[in-house]
Amino acid sequence: MKLVTHNMLTSKCLKGVNTGYPLKLVVKEIRVQSSDFNKEFISKMIPRLDWAVFVVAAKQIGHAGNLPDQLLPDYENNEELLKDVHHALFEVDIYEGELICPETNRKFQISEGIPNMLVKENEL
Amino acid sequence: MACMKLKKLEQILQEVDSFDTPKIKLEQYMTPPNIAACILFAIQSSFDDIDNKIIADLGCGSGILSIGSILLGAAFCSGFDIDHDALNICLKNLKQFQLSSYDLIQCDISYLSDTFYKRYDTVIMNPPFGTNKKGIDIEFLKVAINMSKHSVYSLHKTNTREYISSKARSWRIKNEVIAELRFDLPHTYKFHTKKSVDIAVDLHRFSQL
Ligand SMILES: C[S@@+](CC[C@H](N)C(=O)[O-])C[C@H]1O[C@@H](n2cnc3c(N)ncnc32)[C@H](O)[C@@H]1O
Repeated sequence: MKLVTHNMLTSKCLKGVNTGYPLKLVVKEIRVQSSDFNKEFISKMIPRLDWAVFVVAAKQIGHAGNLPDQLLPDYENNEELLKDVHHALFEVDIYEGELICPETNRKFQISEGIPNMLVKENEL
Repeated sequence: MACMKLKKLEQILQEVDSFDTPKIKLEQYMTPPNIAACILFAIQSSFDDIDNKIIADLGCGSGILSIGSILLGAAFCSGFDIDHDALNICLKNLKQFQLSSYDLIQCDISYLSDTFYKRYDTVIMNPPFGTNKKGIDIEFLKVAINMSKHSVYSLHKTNTREYISSKARSWRIKNEVIAELRFDLPHTYKFHTKKSVDIAVDLHRFSQL
């Protein structure tokens, strides 16, 4: 599971949970695989992110590079920054670990890189 | 990535493994490789909706649409499926093709949260037709339209065309059928007496979301 996915997932469908976001991360194994860097694509992705959630998660997994806590204007022209975003967002795979609901502490397993977000009927 | 030739894409997609033991309840059957190649190729060449885009594949199954999208230049593809066995095969397929620009997520599409709102450029899917669980096709469509910024491509039985179009009208989005296809659904459906059934299927495009 890459951080781009972590940036979207919630546990909101659980009964009694208000936002369920961001999910806490427990990392047991990380795999890094490089992929093609595409400047325009990354620039386009940035405004779709919850930036603060992204940076906190990137720092936690130790792949934040020089990502600033607050997004600077003119980021489209900052190639260094765009490369750091590309790396943290798309190249680092949380291969084994857990996602934890911030409100109920319900755990969701990540195994072989796939988060299991299924919940039982009585949890809905 | 320069656009791969249709023949070449079709040839590669022939190598994608299908479900081991398809679950009828989940309407598991793979989009035939020639059809998958043909529709993905059309989506890229006529609408430029794959190359350099972030794509979601809802009900990805063994991943043929995701794999084809990445081969046609998608920057990233997220595959969602409810079934662990299907995702396992999908993962094997993706690894076999040495692809890395993807994530797989095990979830029930009906409970996907609104944090996915407009995060993707394009959704490409072959959802359950709703043969087993009535209304699931429309549920998939609603979620797809919610998460996509630009366009949604989805396969539906031709005999539901009017119904799908009326839904699109009520959501005030543009809908057109961009291809008419025939699916040869093999032995997946045990309750059919014949070895395979031939059904008419439309490829819908939804835009101005
Ligand atoms: C018709 S198959 C298509 C498989 C694949 N996309 C393809 O084109 O070859 C539909 C897929 O949707 C999945 N599915 C069915 N109900 C689902 C649900 N509620 N949430 C997520 N996936 C579901 C099934 O497991 C199956 O893999």
